[in-house]
Amino acid sequence: MPSKQDLLDLQFIEARHKLLDLAAFLDRIDRHPGEDDYRFAAMKSALPILLENRPDRARAVLEAFSDPTTEPIPQASFQGAFGAPTPKH
Amino acid sequence: MKYIEPHAHMVSRTTDDYEKLALAGCEALCEPAFWAGFDRSSADGFHDYFRQLTEYEPKRAAKYGIKHFSWLCINPKEADDPGFAREVMSLIPEFLKCPTVLGIGEIGLNKNTRNELTIFEEHVQLALDHGLPILIHTPHLEDKLKGTRLILDSLAGFSKLDRAKVIIDHVEEHTVAPVLDAGYWAGMTLYPHSKCSLDRAIDILEIHGPERLWMNSACDWGVSDPLAVPKCALQMKSRRHGADAIERIIYQNPKDFLSQSPRFIL
Ligand SMILES: [Zn+2]
Repeated sequence: MPSKQDLLDLQFIEARHKLLDLAAFLDRIDRHPGEDDYRFAAMKSALPILLENRPDRARAVLEAFSDPTTEPIPQASFQGAFGAPTPKH
Repeated sequence: MKYIEPHAHMVSRTTDDYEKLALAGCEALCEPAFWAGFDRSSADGFHDYFRQLTEYEPKRAAKYGIKHFSWLCINPKEADDPGFAREVMSLIPEFLKCPTVLGIGEIGLNKNTRNELTIFEEHVQLALDHGLPILIHTPHLEDKLKGTRLILDSLAGFSKLDRAKVIIDHVEEHTVAPVLDAGYWAGMTLYPHSKCSLDRAIDILEIHGPERLWMNSACDWGVSDPLAVPKCALQMKSRRHGADAIERIIYQNPKDFLSQSPRFIL
């Protein structure tokens, strides 16, 4: 099993790149005109999870982006999925 | 390295992709029936699709030395009209006689509607009636967690179901544990933007172990990579997984599950 140092050597630059891209995405949305929506709010509310001291941050982020309801719905008002629960949830 | 691609939608891919898969070491490939990117307007459209899966694709794959197997159903995205879904399902028994059909799939849920759930359960019963394995699609993105829970609750009601003959696909960090804990197989789909990245799939493998787990590219008409499985194997190597561990997840595990169908002969 690789050590922390091995993984840092292997993946730090890639992870740094992903974090920078996310920071730039937040800046980009702020800088542009119009309103953001529930997806942007969901993303911002998931960000603090990254700093939590826990072993399952990826799982917690996925849960933050999940429909919290439990019953099957009578009919779908749209097809497809957008990555964060729509506000009616 | 030899490997099995247990989930690929080759009707949406070019012949060049078959060549790439063969060059990468793919020995066998399984194609579950799914949404082909465009709703079909009649049951006849599905009849043609089932012929394509059972007659044409095996021949196209054979030119590159790849064995092609299929799973049949009406996918959840097109199954929200129960009348239409049942019309398509009535075609399936005829095609179950084809020598490369392994089971019923990929059934499951899309938007987690009541009708989808009804048709899902009728497919499970169809598989039980014919003694076939089942391949289950879990919904996309925000719908996955709820859909996986609904599917697990529903399956728990089938007392005669052999859970070792059921694979629940497209698991991620928030759904893998309940699937494995309940005794089912779990599939990880390696996608560029959704489902699992290569590294996250390897994390899941490291955390949960290799028992009853496989990985697939689920390459189709959308953003996907037909070589995702061998690329993940390469990434496993760079993360110091040994050759035996790699072979188990990309070859032996899918072989073990799929060999529950007597038709899966390599
Ligand atoms: Zn699929």
